[in-house]
Amino acid sequence: MNIGLSYDVVRFEEKALLQSINNLGHKPLPIHVVAREFWINEGNGLDADFIIQRCVSYNRAAATTAIFERSGYIVVNNTQVLRNSADKLLTSCLLARKNVPTPVTAIALNRETALKAARKIGFPVVVKPISGSWGRNIARAFDEQSLLDILELRENMPNPQMKIHYIQEHVDKPERDIRAFYVWGEVPVAIYRVSKNWKTNTALGGKAQPCPVTDELADLVIKAGDAVGGGVLGVDVLESREKGMLVNEVNGVVEFRNTVLVTGYDLPTKIVEKSVEVLKR
Amino acid sequence: MPSLNCPVCGASVEVPNDALPGELFECGDCGAQLEYFMDEKNTASLKVAEEVAEDWGQ
Repeated sequence: MNIGLSYDVVRFEEKALLQSINNLGHKPLPIHVVAREFWINEGNGLDADFIIQRCVSYNRAAATTAIFERSGYIVVNNTQVLRNSADKLLTSCLLARKNVPTPVTAIALNRETALKAARKIGFPVVVKPISGSWGRNIARAFDEQSLLDILELRENMPNPQMKIHYIQEHVDKPERDIRAFYVWGEVPVAIYRVSKNWKTNTALGGKAQPCPVTDELADLVIKAGDAVGGGVLGVDVLESREKGMLVNEVNGVVEFRNTVLVTGYDLPTKIVEKSVEVLKR
Repeated sequence: MPSLNCPVCGASVEVPNDALPGELFECGDCGAQLEYFMDEKNTASLKVAEEVAEDWGQ
């Protein structure tokens, strides 16, 4: 098959996926999206059986996926899955609809209602932007005053999304969370992200360690992946001391460098193999 | 391995033969983050990499 790889920046992941495409006997078609023009009313001349979307910028990923789909290409992940996973509010709604356990979450559109919601959840609470990654602009409020300070800062930011307050219970977890990989309905590998920082993102210094994929973890991750629409996803899971495993976030253009390094598992080959198998049908 | 000039300090930066447009390199002399770039005439060069934006990452 001819497999397109849509990207803006080349990281370990993009190189590894291109190598896997080659090794499996397929033809890789790198598409450096920032270096080319895209036409809405034409085919854009790509000879791909399907395209793996790897743009690190969400907006570039969403824009080019929409254009590829308009031209008739299948994209992994598709527009709907990208949107469902990039928008935390949408993700939370989809997970709740399928009864996937998550931290208690409320949305408030001004400071007063945000404060009321936080009182009901109980302090500390976590305030997140509804879009964004790598732990950016996520804050923890231990009391009403610190929450009001955070909300004031958010409401003075130019981005109108920051006026939608996504407020979540703070989960007391064992200095780690889990990043598990959902590949077309399977959970082939997972890692712990270990950190003394309450934000365990590896982008913020969290250390990756192998994590066993138990039946309980696999069931939860499959439910979460199915709820946002399937494809290839990273599912972040918190281990609550009181409630057990809770799905925290789902990622639609997932990074896996640290997972490959610490587990030795060939995830890029799994992603290509499984995508070919599913999309051939 | 071809060498290209760092656009910040002019030092020589080695780039592997299989480099892709958009691939990032660091200048060993000044530490600048650089992006491998190919113009319309297929001439390779390095430019200063764009900064991480608010919508980057997973």
